[in-house]
Amino acid sequence: MNSWEIIIGIETHVQLATVSKIFSGAPTMFGAEPNTQACAVDLALPGVLPVLNKKAVECAIRFGLAIGADVARRSVFARKNYFYPDLPKGYQISQFELPVVSGGQLAIAVGQGDQAYEKTVRLTRAHLEEDAGKSLHEDFHGKSGIDLNRAGTPLLEIVSEPDMRSSDEAVAYAKALHALVRWIGICDGNMQEGSFRCDANVSMRRPGQPLGTRREIKNLNSFRFLKEAIDYEVRWQINELEEGRPIVQATVLFDPGSGVTRTMRTKEDAHDYRYFPDPDLLPLVIGEDWIAQVQAALPELPGAKKARFMSEYGLSAYDAATLTAGLEMADFYEAVVAVAGKAQAKPCANWVMVDLAARLNKEDREIGASPVNPAQLGSLVARIADQTLSNNIAKKVFEALWNGEGTSVDDIIEVQGLKQITDSGAIEALIDAVLAANVAMVSEFKAGKEKAFNALVGQVMKAAKGKANPQQVNELLRQKLQ
Amino acid sequence: MIPYIAFNFKVLCVAQPSDMSLTQEQIQRIAHLARIALSDEEAMATRDQLEGIFGLIEEMQAVDTTGVEPMAHAQEVRQRLRADLVSETDQRDLFQAIAPEVEDGLYLVPKVIE
Repeated sequence: MNSWEIIIGIETHVQLATVSKIFSGAPTMFGAEPNTQACAVDLALPGVLPVLNKKAVECAIRFGLAIGADVARRSVFARKNYFYPDLPKGYQISQFELPVVSGGQLAIAVGQGDQAYEKTVRLTRAHLEEDAGKSLHEDFHGKSGIDLNRAGTPLLEIVSEPDMRSSDEAVAYAKALHALVRWIGICDGNMQEGSFRCDANVSMRRPGQPLGTRREIKNLNSFRFLKEAIDYEVRWQINELEEGRPIVQATVLFDPGSGVTRTMRTKEDAHDYRYFPDPDLLPLVIGEDWIAQVQAALPELPGAKKARFMSEYGLSAYDAATLTAGLEMADFYEAVVAVAGKAQAKPCANWVMVDLAARLNKEDREIGASPVNPAQLGSLVARIADQTLSNNIAKKVFEALWNGEGTSVDDIIEVQGLKQITDSGAIEALIDAVLAANVAMVSEFKAGKEKAFNALVGQVMKAAKGKANPQQVNELLRQKLQ
Repeated sequence: MIPYIAFNFKVLCVAQPSDMSLTQEQIQRIAHLARIALSDEEAMATRDQLEGIFGLIEEMQAVDTTGVEPMAHAQEVRQRLRADLVSETDQRDLFQAIAPEVEDGLYLVPKVIE
């Protein structure tokens, strides 16, 4: 039997990092008292008119340039008409036929280790629109409560082509997009607060056949839910199809508690939005000079930075990709290298990606909140390079820095007496003492037991309180035992 | 860009035959979308009006617009932009004074759950 091919497209609502709303001067801060950030425009009181926020447009331009899309020199706002109490105007101002951004693409990295691969996802469009308010359905003696603080918050809705073939690819896409919008500073990326919400369009087909009927899973606000919802939906659709029941186009909601998707509405009662250009807003014209300005202010993008990390620092594709997963991480790494020196680029990468990352993970901290700063980590790597520290002792110094036992690497080495012993004479003296005290082990080694050698190394290191240079200990011990 | 009126036309023109007659069902569907309750009599009157509008649209559609750039606004003007600044203060009490029902700072409405 033929297998099914999974087809996924994703629409993402990205809340733009503005201080005021897209069409009014009300604040957009999260968590304010209900309706204290909803002005006359947001409430749709009679006689008000929308005035477009320049920063919101600039965010859209930034995004368009960052994904290599076409930024429309002229785009149009449209009214999307539907009735719901958290939408006081009776329509949402959005863009329809002429969006501000068209096309573009995003590189994604899927899977890990041997299974890892890269892929390019094409984007269809991105358009500006306003968010709606919030309805609270619980506990108002049979009524719903409406909070319009979020009404009018600027959103960029980013629509992908149906290019993803698994939930892993969908998550990789969402992660890459999430990293990019934060990287270029257009969104704070806070998923708990709803700053980055995904809808997944899922359908099945036999390979090579036309696209099947899709169902849209709405409002997924975590990568885990995105994966779980798609996995469930895929199993459900395959089961329906194999049982001979055709898929009916529908909008569904994912319930994280039960892990199940439920139909919200089918096509028959789907909204007919009756889009038309909003007569309150004139066409949005974006001049070449503005686009050039935004382009010039754009930071080095993840793809370019990754390529530079490989050529400039000699890192592997994997290391470079890991270090450029976020702008903070990339900046941190470069600041470490700046102190340790380019010759130490690879050890610096290991310290940031392995030791620091593990420690951050353990305490659930972001790299920006690392107690060890890049300058400290850089001088730590430099002290390993100049043989002041062994790798093992360096880990102790790292812990000391993390715990605030000192602010300078050199001070910690000095105060805690951690300097590596590299003087051959001193090491030889230690070895002689160990050999004299472990005659049995020596004869075991001479009888051909290689294990005994390692035991002797261990004894010497113990005698040196871990501070002897391990390589030198190895070499000198071999010489003595010959 | 298609002129604004054509958008409505597209909505109304659900596979219309050339005589542009609308069924009662279509009239009621359009009325429902706009949340307007129409009696059968009103629906008949509305149908006549809409068909009149279709006539106008047909006339406009008949004009040869080859080579004319579609427009979204009657004048050659562009959207003015405002700087991203907070200029509004909290006037919740004032706004809620005219609301039919409020509680805990929320506007209360008949229960809506989709």
